[in-house]
Amino acid sequence: MSALLEVQVAAVRQLTPVVREFTFAAVNGRLPGFSSGSHVQVVLPLAERTLRNAYSLLGDPRDSGVYRIAVRLQEASRGGSRYLHEQVQVGDRLQIGVPSNLFPLHSLARHHILVAGGIGITPFMAYLAELEAQGASFELHYAYRSGLTDAYTAELQARLGARFHGYDAAAGQRLDCANLLTGKPLGSHLYICGPQRLLDDLRARAAALGWSAGRLHWEAFAAPEPGLPFTAELTRSGQRIAVAGDHSLLEALEAAGVEVPNLCRGGVCGQCATGYLGGEVEHRDHYLDEQQRSHVLMPCVSRGGCSGPLLLDL
Amino acid sequence: MSVVMKALETYRDDFTFRNSPEAIARFPFPFPEDSYMYSVNLEPATPREPGSVFAHWFDIDEHYVSEMAERARVLERDPDRCLVMPHMAQAAWDTLEMLMEHLAADYPEHFALQREGAQWLWSNRPLGIEQRFTFGDASTLPCEPLEYITRQAQGDFALLDQRDGDLFMDAGMVTCPADWSLKFDAGMSFKQWHAPVPGVAHQLGVFERALKYLVNIQVGHPVRRLNWTMTINPRLDTSSETFHEWGHERGEVTAENVASLVHLRVELQFMPRLPRSNALLFGIRTYLISLEELASNPAWACRLHRVLRDLPDEIADYKGLTRYRQTVVDWLRQFDPQACAA
Ligand code: HEM
Ligand code: FES
Repeated sequence: MSALLEVQVAAVRQLTPVVREFTFAAVNGRLPGFSSGSHVQVVLPLAERTLRNAYSLLGDPRDSGVYRIAVRLQEASRGGSRYLHEQVQVGDRLQIGVPSNLFPLHSLARHHILVAGGIGITPFMAYLAELEAQGASFELHYAYRSGLTDAYTAELQARLGARFHGYDAAAGQRLDCANLLTGKPLGSHLYICGPQRLLDDLRARAAALGWSAGRLHWEAFAAPEPGLPFTAELTRSGQRIAVAGDHSLLEALEAAGVEVPNLCRGGVCGQCATGYLGGEVEHRDHYLDEQQRSHVLMPCVSRGGCSGPLLLDL
Repeated sequence: MSVVMKALETYRDDFTFRNSPEAIARFPFPFPEDSYMYSVNLEPATPREPGSVFAHWFDIDEHYVSEMAERARVLERDPDRCLVMPHMAQAAWDTLEMLMEHLAADYPEHFALQREGAQWLWSNRPLGIEQRFTFGDASTLPCEPLEYITRQAQGDFALLDQRDGDLFMDAGMVTCPADWSLKFDAGMSFKQWHAPVPGVAHQLGVFERALKYLVNIQVGHPVRRLNWTMTINPRLDTSSETFHEWGHERGEVTAENVASLVHLRVELQFMPRLPRSNALLFGIRTYLISLEELASNPAWACRLHRVLRDLPDEIADYKGLTRYRQTVVDWLRQFDPQACAA
């Protein structure tokens, strides 16, 4: 992420006990336009260190006067969502990256099936604005728990009518992955954003029904999960960097002044690929194949082991 | 730096197109070395010195009015040189917005844009245009938005839809291509439309690596590269469709007319992400210079001599240079001290 945009928090809404929505306005000039499915990195200056978390843009791409994101409070997080929930107020200034899109709509789909689990609704908020403006054919399936993760349900139900299919876990309703995919028109595309098991289940069903891989799309951000501390050694400069358990390798490199190209910070875009010459690696990305993993790693999500230093080709 | 536009010149028939000394000085000479081979020569399009062709996203020069008149003539005969598939309508509006915003900001003496919500007022002084319209509503413009704005911007434009990790040529305005055709390439993928390029580029993995790079281009971070070929006469429209009009001219090059007839043709290719559609814009800004004009800079003439002399046959053939390459090399030799001494 190269250039940063300066934004001001123009509005904050508590949508559910755990989901908070933020509206950002430009401090200078106009915010760049964005396409539906885009995300931005938000720089979060926590007391002990600075995090960069990626959040989907919720608004209508046709109206890019402001950006909106919705953030779920993650109990097990590294503090980014807690900071947004507890510290950030209307009028505060934040820095964000320019929008980038790793989860775009497919322009040639005849019918769009959107499946959201919980906070996974966020990219689809922009999708829905776009699909409605285009007059496209679509349906939304949204699994949530009322009183907890049911952001936007009332609004969506009213707006989408029969195209809205809600599944409230609190009422014992379950999203039936098997039924969801049968009898869909040829040229339907499936978009999934939600927990890993929802993704795994739908992908397996789609494969069993003979859906080609190109008709399945998912947003698979693996936010950097905490791990064990380890040491990285930059073999070209000899520099040694200690990576704390709740830092990603990419963050530790950046803190040491080493710039590595990056986009998603979630192991999917391939931008941060870095060669390594030795050491134990815990690969957590969704980008590299087994062969590449023998000499390349993705420092935004992947980590070294504790047996010895990770030797990076930097 | 203010651009002074020349009176109308032609790119056909009597070919009155010429470069001023200022235009020659800013010509994007494309060879960093004495030899040429295909490579992934992409770089971030960071602005360079004011006045250079790299100063702005969309370069306007002294030929602006003439080049726009030439585009209008080509479109009059062949309206299909502009194509926008239905799913590219938003990308067309994105392109219009990007061009208007940048032209107005970079050349305020020539262009102006006033926006009030969706109500826009566009002024183009060199072409005498004042247009009020509603952004997003094509019925408020005299023609389709991509055609509207690219009739007012130099160079060709292809709009690539990004899907399935690939790029597809699903829209464009192409009236001055170097021997290809939008009609033929319409709907093709990155690999498909590059299929005619010599095998060596494919063997070097140029297209695989370039595509990976292009699909990751971010909003606000365009990239650029230079490409080159040669053209007989300052003819902009060397499209495959009109090959019968210009192909035979390659046989007309003689030792006497080579310096004025043969032109180096350089494309400054500029690739920004279109923000709302997520499509990629591919601008192809073409610069022509006769060998005579080019030789006013002897260092360029010397280098071009070496490049052309040593260019692999496969590449020379593909670029259509084979029939007259030797005549050009013979003429350029005088500028190469090493070759003259030998
Ligand atoms: C998405 C943007 C691009 C478009 C629309 C595009 C389009 C084209 C077209 C239409 C041709 C002519 C092919 C023919 O003979 O029919 C061509 C040639 C070529 N392209 Fe691209 N191209 C793009 C990007 C690139 C990039 C990024 C590279 C490499 C780094 C590249 C390398 C080449 C080369 C080496 C040739 C042969 C040129 C010559 O020898 O004169 N292209 N391109
Ligand atoms: S930044 Fe995208 S894979 Fe690491």
